[in-house]
Amino acid sequence: MKTEIQLTKDMFEKADLSNRDADKIRRPSIKYWPDVWRRLKQNKLAMIGLIIIIAMLIMSIIGTNINGFEYYEQDYSKINVHPNSEHWFGTDELGRDLFSRTWLGARYSLIIGVLAAAIDFIIGVLYGGIAGMATRKVDAIMMRIAEVIYSVPYLLVVILLSVVFSSAGAGTSMFVMILAMSLTGWVPMAILVRGQVLQLKEAEYSLAAESLGATKGWILKKHIIPNTLGPILVNITLTIPRAIFSEATLGFLGLGLQPPKSSLGTLANEGLAGMTVGNSYQIVIPALFISLIMFAFNVLGDGLRDALDPRLRK
Amino acid sequence: MSKKFLTLMSLLLVMAIVVTGCSSPAKEPAPSETPSTEAPAETPSTGEKKILRTNNSSEPGSLDPALAQGTHESWILSNTFEGLMTYDQEGKVVPGIAESYELSEDNLTYTFKLRDAKWSNGDPVTAHDFEFSWKRALDPELAADYAFQLYYIKGAEAYNTGEGSVDDVMVKALDDKTLEVTLEAPTGYFLELTAFYTYYPVSKNVVEANPDWAKTPETHISNGPFKLVTWEHNAYIELEKNPNYYAADQIKLDGIHFDIIEDENTAWQKYEGGEYDILATLPQAVAAQMSAENNPELVIGNQVGVYYYNLNSEIKPFNNAKVRNALSMAIDRTVIVEKITQGGQMAAEGAVPYGLTDETGGEYRDKVGNLIVEDPAKAKQLFEEGLAEEGMTVEDFNKAGFVLLFNTLEAHKKIAQAVQEMWRTNLGINIGIENVEFQVKLDREKAGDYHISRGGWTGDYMDPMTILDLWLTGGAFNDARYSNAEYDKLILEAKGTADQNIRFNNMREAEKILMKDMPIIPVYFYTQPYAVKPNVEGIYKLPIYYPTITYANIK
Amino acid sequence: MKRYLLKRLAMSIVTLWAVITITFILMHSVPGNPFAAESKMPKVVYENLQKKYGLDKPLTEQYFIYLGNLLKGDLGDSMKSRVETVNDMIERGFPVSARLGVQALLIAICFGPALGAFAALYQNKLPDYISMIIAIIGISVPSFIMGTVLIQFVARNVDWLPIGGWGEFKHTILPSFAMALMPMATMARLMRSSMLEVLGQDYIKTAKSKGITRAAVILKHAVRNAILPVISVLGTTISNLLVGSFVIEKIFGIPGLGMFFVKSINNRDYTLIMGTTIFYAAILITMLLLVDIAYMFIDPRIKLTKEGR
Repeated sequence: MKTEIQLTKDMFEKADLSNRDADKIRRPSIKYWPDVWRRLKQNKLAMIGLIIIIAMLIMSIIGTNINGFEYYEQDYSKINVHPNSEHWFGTDELGRDLFSRTWLGARYSLIIGVLAAAIDFIIGVLYGGIAGMATRKVDAIMMRIAEVIYSVPYLLVVILLSVVFSSAGAGTSMFVMILAMSLTGWVPMAILVRGQVLQLKEAEYSLAAESLGATKGWILKKHIIPNTLGPILVNITLTIPRAIFSEATLGFLGLGLQPPKSSLGTLANEGLAGMTVGNSYQIVIPALFISLIMFAFNVLGDGLRDALDPRLRK
Repeated sequence: MSKKFLTLMSLLLVMAIVVTGCSSPAKEPAPSETPSTEAPAETPSTGEKKILRTNNSSEPGSLDPALAQGTHESWILSNTFEGLMTYDQEGKVVPGIAESYELSEDNLTYTFKLRDAKWSNGDPVTAHDFEFSWKRALDPELAADYAFQLYYIKGAEAYNTGEGSVDDVMVKALDDKTLEVTLEAPTGYFLELTAFYTYYPVSKNVVEANPDWAKTPETHISNGPFKLVTWEHNAYIELEKNPNYYAADQIKLDGIHFDIIEDENTAWQKYEGGEYDILATLPQAVAAQMSAENNPELVIGNQVGVYYYNLNSEIKPFNNAKVRNALSMAIDRTVIVEKITQGGQMAAEGAVPYGLTDETGGEYRDKVGNLIVEDPAKAKQLFEEGLAEEGMTVEDFNKAGFVLLFNTLEAHKKIAQAVQEMWRTNLGINIGIENVEFQVKLDREKAGDYHISRGGWTGDYMDPMTILDLWLTGGAFNDARYSNAEYDKLILEAKGTADQNIRFNNMREAEKILMKDMPIIPVYFYTQPYAVKPNVEGIYKLPIYYPTITYANIK
Repeated sequence: MKRYLLKRLAMSIVTLWAVITITFILMHSVPGNPFAAESKMPKVVYENLQKKYGLDKPLTEQYFIYLGNLLKGDLGDSMKSRVETVNDMIERGFPVSARLGVQALLIAICFGPALGAFAALYQNKLPDYISMIIAIIGISVPSFIMGTVLIQFVARNVDWLPIGGWGEFKHTILPSFAMALMPMATMARLMRSSMLEVLGQDYIKTAKSKGITRAAVILKHAVRNAILPVISVLGTTISNLLVGSFVIEKIFGIPGLGMFFVKSINNRDYTLIMGTTIFYAAILITMLLLVDIAYMFIDPRIKLTKEGR
């Protein structure tokens, strides 16, 4: 039997096109990083942090030359002068201007903190990521190696490094210190990342990707790394203060920056004695700046975390 | 939260607590069970017991006099032991356990007569105890760091270095009350040495019966004004009046409580908060402020010590005396003592500090005079001359990157920075400064791997020789690697004679040679500023010792 | 499970041996030695001392002697103290440090994660800001400043609080607090961040939509999952706290292990360096092991018993 198709005229009427792009994405497509930036900008606290960091960076570059006193200039007629219109942050026990010294200190502290954190980040993420993704045997061996490195007394390593790298004259240079701090500093980051990776690689979406034939590298790149960025960022904002403090503690033990250079940590160290005799400004000012830097990195870290988290997109 | 998780968390905690708890009841009797530890802190005003409270800034390595090495041991030992001789309040050497002594014609043999003194366990102190103690300190098996303090005794060095026998050590108990000592060479200050802690006696009976006697208060038997009753390691040490001490009636305190707190600032805060009656080490900033305020609690104690910089004379251009003298001339010592150290220190006038007497009984320095010249203009000229002699220019010097080495301490750091600036402004040179760990500094000094380094010396006995023999060629602490045949000859001659005129003339000449060659740059003479509460009296300080608290009284 | 633990234990011992060996080599390559001092000590006396402590023997021989003694549980004599052996020192110092550490840990565990969770639940609201400011202060003030400030402004003004020293419970209050601040803040921040992440997960939404109360969702699902990163830092935190903080112990004059650790290195007291390192490493390795096991219990997705994948 044959069915005949009846062609009628109304079948050839023009369609109504007004709804044609109903499922077209109307809003302009936003790329990942501009979107992160957009959301970061909405976070007031994070922006304050960012502004503080930028201001500190600028001041640490130019701050030593503003009020006409060199950081190493000693004036014995003006020792322990409290902050005034001439010496804005007062002077220290050798009559040196603390305004210039504070900004020099901020410069070194920032360099040390940021560089040490960057090294910890790179090594920690790579190592932790590989350990987490590798077979259990490799993972176990890698974690034991990390444990060994973390258990060897850090002070011994620092002393040895400073001796090995410093020919007479150089002293403990900043780079030796950064190197020494990073030598063990990356381990907590690696442990954190590994923990996250272990957890995430069992997540449903990773399993789904794996069953669809995705390679490990692809899963790492597409699923695991973006999802671990949050804790990692928070950890970085913790690493920066840790590095700045380590430097101060090392200075306390004679392994810090060589004078007349200063870091905020060494300034605080020097100021401790001043506190007991009524020169509290000598410790309050560096402590305040350390705290300010920490505050700024912390709120920025939190803001970044929120901005990067895909699940928090609105 | 799941049960499993809660269990695990508590497991972690319990484990931590158990680990602590397991050993703490046994090892921590201190906290609650011995109320006596804190009781003294509140009682002195009530007049029940007079306990002097202070801080001994470091844990003693041992309370065995033979093994003591420094003030953190000797401050406690000097209150628990007494040697043949001791010091009176003026610093004069007076008989202690010895009642009298005789010196032979040739100035080599001392014969001591002992008084009736007792150990804290009631046994008599005999000459045999002394003979035993000194030979024991020299025993190479014991390996006492300070054994060399006994090398003045004939045969001592040979025995200690393993080349001689114990029987050839010339110290002998003739009977219970008589001790005979023969020296290698006449030694003008030997009597003083018998007041030094390496020469303190220990009880032969006690030590032979128990080699570990010095480790616990129960077996720590001593012959001094106080005895050890508590030693809570790294926390505190308590002494109690020794009723068996022969001059117990002169002791007004019932006991002494020494905390062991290393941090100077914390110790100061405790003193200021009324928890200490005397504090022997003050943070530099505190001493400076107290002295500026004329605070009556501050005492500037005399000290026999000199703070100096070593110049490595094996490195060009520090081998040149003109360069060395120029570096010295460019330092403004008055600024350093008045603006930086601020603890009553004196600008150095030579290598030997004030406070030592010469052959006439007068001040040693009076006849030597000020050997230090400070003249920035002349310094610059001399410096350039010296450099030229070595074929160098100031540019070469600056390019070489010379460094001043010191061990980490705020005070050293400040002085080094000041000196660095003085050299920069007065000589136009850049010298780096480097603070290193103490051990690294010692190592590099011994190896000669330094250019300029901080040094310091405080006297062991009250004679200029305690300072001057440091720079004998090849001396153990001659880190400047100084060598001058004439200097060596003068010093060795002085060491071997009992003739006071020759001795002092030689020492004066030697010091002049030293200051002309300037292998070391003396900076200042030490003092020891300390603080005493107004209600405490009877504390005084002898130049080579920590403040004497033995005869203190609390009102 | 049992097999895994045994294997893990064996590996821990190998780890410990590696730490011992590396420390031994490092320690002897650093300049300085235990008997160096600013003194007129003649060379022979110095050599006598070296002989007494066996430092005159070749290093490899010293190493094997040390390992042999270690197997017998003997950590040797301290080269600086003629009174106590290294075993004595650790036995006495550890309880002191651990007591402070446990107190500090209790403070940190009680308040840290709670503060973080609280902040996350009220993200970008006042409670969040307050919690985070507390946490930031905790991280921002170095312990050597915090310790001195506590003494200067708290202990000096509160009569019954002693200014440093050791003996009674009251001596432990300020140092515990000073020690707790940093780990507490760290935990709070980690907790906040992971809590925020968990709260965005589907299972939370599912749980909510199933009509489970808010409190139950938070406690049963959110906190349990969010605490994982906190636990991963717990291992190192506990071991750090237990062996003591050098800075805090120095400032408050506390006779703990942390002080020995740094002092032994400064003095080149070889046996004490080895002893404290071994002890510290053993605790750290144990804690890391416990953390791994904790992960296994808490997160069912990590199946440690399964061989390979």
